[in-house]
Amino acid sequence: MELPPKVKNILLLDSEGKRIAVKYYTDDWPTNAAKEAFEKTVFTKTQKTNARAEVEVTALENNIIVYKFVEDLHFFVTGGEEENELILACVLQGLFDAVNLLLRGNVDKREALDNLDLIFLCIDEIIDGGIVLETDANVIVGKAGINSVDPNAPLSEQTISQAFATAREHFTRSLMK
Amino acid sequence: MAQPLVKKDDDHDDELEYSPFMGIEKGAVLQEARVFNDPQVDPRRCSQVITKLLYLLNQGESFTKVEATEVFFSVTKLFQSKDTGLRRMVYLIIKELSPSSDEVIIVTSSLMKDMNSKIDMYRANAIRVLCRIIDGTLLTQIERYLKQAIVDKNPVVSSAALVSGLHLLKTNPEIVKRWSNEVQEGIQSRSALVQFHALALLHQIRQNDRLAVSKLVGSLTRGSVRSPLAQCLLIRYTSQVIRDMSNHGQSGERPFYEFLESCLRHKAEMVILEAARAITELDGVTSRELTPAITVLQLFLSSPRPVLRFAAVRTLNKVAMTHPMAVTNCNIDMESLISDQNRSIATLAITTLLKTGNESSVERLMKQITNFMSDIADEFKIVVVEAIRSLCVKFPLKYRSLMTFLSNILREEGGFEYKRAIVDSIVTIIRDIPDAKESGLLHLCEFIEDCEFTYLSTQILHFLGIEGPITSDPSKYIRYIYNRVHLENATVRAAAVSTLAKFGFMVESLKPRITVLLKRCIYDSDDEVRDRATLYLSVLGGDGTVDTEKDSKEFLFGPLEVPLVNMETSLKNYDPSEEAFDINSVPKEVKSLPLAEKKAQGKKPTGLGAPPAAPTSGFDGYEKLLSSIPEFAAFGKLFKSSPPVELTEAETEYAVNVVKHIFDGHVVFQYNCTNTIPEQLLERVNVIVDASEAEEFSEAASKALNSLPYDSPGQAFVAFEKPAGVPAVGKFSNTLTFVVKEVDTSTGEAEDDGVEDEYQLEDLEVVAADYIVKVGVSNFRNAWENMDEEDEHVDEYGLGQRESLGEAIKAVIDLLGMQSCEGTETVPSNARSHTCLLSGVYIGNVKVLVRAQFGMDSTKEIAMKLAVRAEDVSVAEAIHEIVANG
Repeated sequence: MELPPKVKNILLLDSEGKRIAVKYYTDDWPTNAAKEAFEKTVFTKTQKTNARAEVEVTALENNIIVYKFVEDLHFFVTGGEEENELILACVLQGLFDAVNLLLRGNVDKREALDNLDLIFLCIDEIIDGGIVLETDANVIVGKAGINSVDPNAPLSEQTISQAFATAREHFTRSLMK
Repeated sequence: MAQPLVKKDDDHDDELEYSPFMGIEKGAVLQEARVFNDPQVDPRRCSQVITKLLYLLNQGESFTKVEATEVFFSVTKLFQSKDTGLRRMVYLIIKELSPSSDEVIIVTSSLMKDMNSKIDMYRANAIRVLCRIIDGTLLTQIERYLKQAIVDKNPVVSSAALVSGLHLLKTNPEIVKRWSNEVQEGIQSRSALVQFHALALLHQIRQNDRLAVSKLVGSLTRGSVRSPLAQCLLIRYTSQVIRDMSNHGQSGERPFYEFLESCLRHKAEMVILEAARAITELDGVTSRELTPAITVLQLFLSSPRPVLRFAAVRTLNKVAMTHPMAVTNCNIDMESLISDQNRSIATLAITTLLKTGNESSVERLMKQITNFMSDIADEFKIVVVEAIRSLCVKFPLKYRSLMTFLSNILREEGGFEYKRAIVDSIVTIIRDIPDAKESGLLHLCEFIEDCEFTYLSTQILHFLGIEGPITSDPSKYIRYIYNRVHLENATVRAAAVSTLAKFGFMVESLKPRITVLLKRCIYDSDDEVRDRATLYLSVLGGDGTVDTEKDSKEFLFGPLEVPLVNMETSLKNYDPSEEAFDINSVPKEVKSLPLAEKKAQGKKPTGLGAPPAAPTSGFDGYEKLLSSIPEFAAFGKLFKSSPPVELTEAETEYAVNVVKHIFDGHVVFQYNCTNTIPEQLLERVNVIVDASEAEEFSEAASKALNSLPYDSPGQAFVAFEKPAGVPAVGKFSNTLTFVVKEVDTSTGEAEDDGVEDEYQLEDLEVVAADYIVKVGVSNFRNAWENMDEEDEHVDEYGLGQRESLGEAIKAVIDLLGMQSCEGTETVPSNARSHTCLLSGVYIGNVKVLVRAQFGMDSTKEIAMKLAVRAEDVSVAEAIHEIVANG
């Protein structure tokens, strides 16, 4: 028998329900199709609710899902129906705050995609195989954000070629806008 | 290249969002991944490519084995780089690629080096990656480092090792179990999460040692746990220990309750919730124990945080099922939740209130719910409707407001399941509360005036036909019913015709008018509607085709006594001929095909020499088979066939099972034999039965099996005569005799000479249950009350110690061979008493009903009170005899 609190998945979806980053820790949804179907149901069910100020919660197919939205980002954490929803909420809050810190307060889909590596690392630092690893946002950021290549770091700290690459990238991005 | 295109899109649609991954393609990214092989690693570039790979995987893209291997190998080259950010990404992608064991070797040395690095982040992550990908043999090599890591000064490293231990315990328990000293040290850690992880691992290691777990819990509950997560875990372990202790018969003061209660005052809400839930879920919790838990949950109900409200109302909802009184204190807080923004909370609040509400609050509650119903989803509405139905049964006096509520929501929009739930509820209320009948029927009538669901319309029409004619003014329903004949599809029209006929038959004053209406239906465009109309007209007209009033009443209102499946097969087998179809010839046995038989049947086509494949299973099959054998044709109608009883162990040379066919004055044993040896052909297969332990039986006939080739089953029969109508019992010993012939497996030809041989089979018993047929009744209470109370036989029995009530009930059902009714064979878990209803037909066509009440005391001793009613007193006595001897 397993008693430690378990997280079944973490979902980060955009305002249309599309995946930005997801991570599943159980075999409840064995195929990608099953995962996508689950994400769609969760998204549709919660879409109309206002989960911007407080963490909201709902029950779906024997699962408890806690969720919180900001701008065009929808954060979800799923656990079994017997799970303590406050633990799930704590995980969600940790994720939410950590992402907020990592994106320096500019939490929206675009920033998230631009820093997708940090989002992946952040999820990796919160849950390990379904077990809660860390919920303190500052600690998570400390681990995930460690020495990340900071595009806003002073140019002097970059090599010439790196600086050139950064400049080129900024340039293309502004073109593509 | 792609840029102009993107730009064009942007011109068209400004809302098209920018994404760094726009137009990303697997092939191209795999190409890009070649930068990993560059002699001069560019950390930034490589990190970006890894992110792209992770993005693809995350979007559900899958890599082929070759692609994954290639990426994996080039990723391993990146260990040269000293860039920590890149290294972190490398760890991540290795976990996602989940390399196979032969590939793992490439990275183990790099990872082991990182495990001993001075950089904490390297150590922690290398452990997590390594433990995710290695197997047992490698694990023994790094075990030493892992033990060190558990007691590492850095909590992140320590946690990484402990969590990895939790995962590894599933695959390599014996290794992880050796770490308990280090893990024990982790529990003393000052870091909250290390303590949590250590506690989880230590418990997992010791979970099978009850005493150790109990000691662990005992020492920790004295208060050295820091993190809320660890405290939650400790609460879970504590309730487990409490459960184990009560299972082992320890009584008196509940141990550790005080600890749980003290956790209700913890500063972290998650701990309070965990403790409150643990208390409410205690086995046989008393209301005194419950009170403090309910009080904290009540505080949660008015929290500004939705998660807290949800958690509290969800817990209280569960408590309300078992201890509704304990929850009533929270009713006022709960009522304010009906208008909660979060619909899940609102629905839970309503259903809880409906469970706990008292008679005086019903009306107020209904008013509040009405406002709420319009804006929730169907699935929630069904929950509410079901709760209202049980409320109505609880407070029959309040049926008026509840009925009004139901009829109002019935008129609103809704899907089939929702409407059906409402209709079912109204029907239940009409059945249980006589006063509610007339208004309820009218509501249903109004509903079918505008009902889009054929199924519901026909059900309601049928119900109207039964209940409508016995109301004070049956004529007022006719209009609604006849309207159906004009406005609906054929199925509903046919149902309406039947309903009209029932009114016409039951209400003499309406008969002429109904006849007129039915005559109009004769010109309907649908066959079934016309046929029904014609049939009912002749029944109503009494023109001689139907003899007596009793017959037509039986015809219109009587239940169909045979299972529909059996009726269907009988009708299919019926050849149109001079002889009319006789419903009495349809077998009444509820059919359940034995699985083994089914499998055996479909296995092989029978060989050339074998008799034509006879259906060997199912009641119809048996009946056909037996009546085709001249020796048994004179035995009369088959009463019952038992499921096959195995007479040999599985996987023996010859597999034999027996089916007992019971006739009024005879018993036929059908031996199904299978030869499992390819090199043998059996001939003249016979079963010698010794009936010395079955005094009332005498052998009447037997039929040997001429040839039994490999793997094509055949049957031998032995028939016994017994006193007619008497449930004679006895024990029979069986021996299989046959002539063995060697078969050349290459040609399939058998030798001419055979050797006589015999094979001992297991004994076979004819028991009392063989004389009872499983026949269900639809309404047990009615059937029970229709039987004479005088003939009831009641007695009590001790069934001794059993694992559970369910097990005892199953044993009694098996012993009696009767059909359980109304789902009473299932027992709610941890119930201490249960009533099981059984019905059946005893030989001689005597109906028997049994009401068995079971009770279990603390030592798992089970007592049973058995009340039997039968059409014949001697049969009721016989049933008691069966139980007494069983």
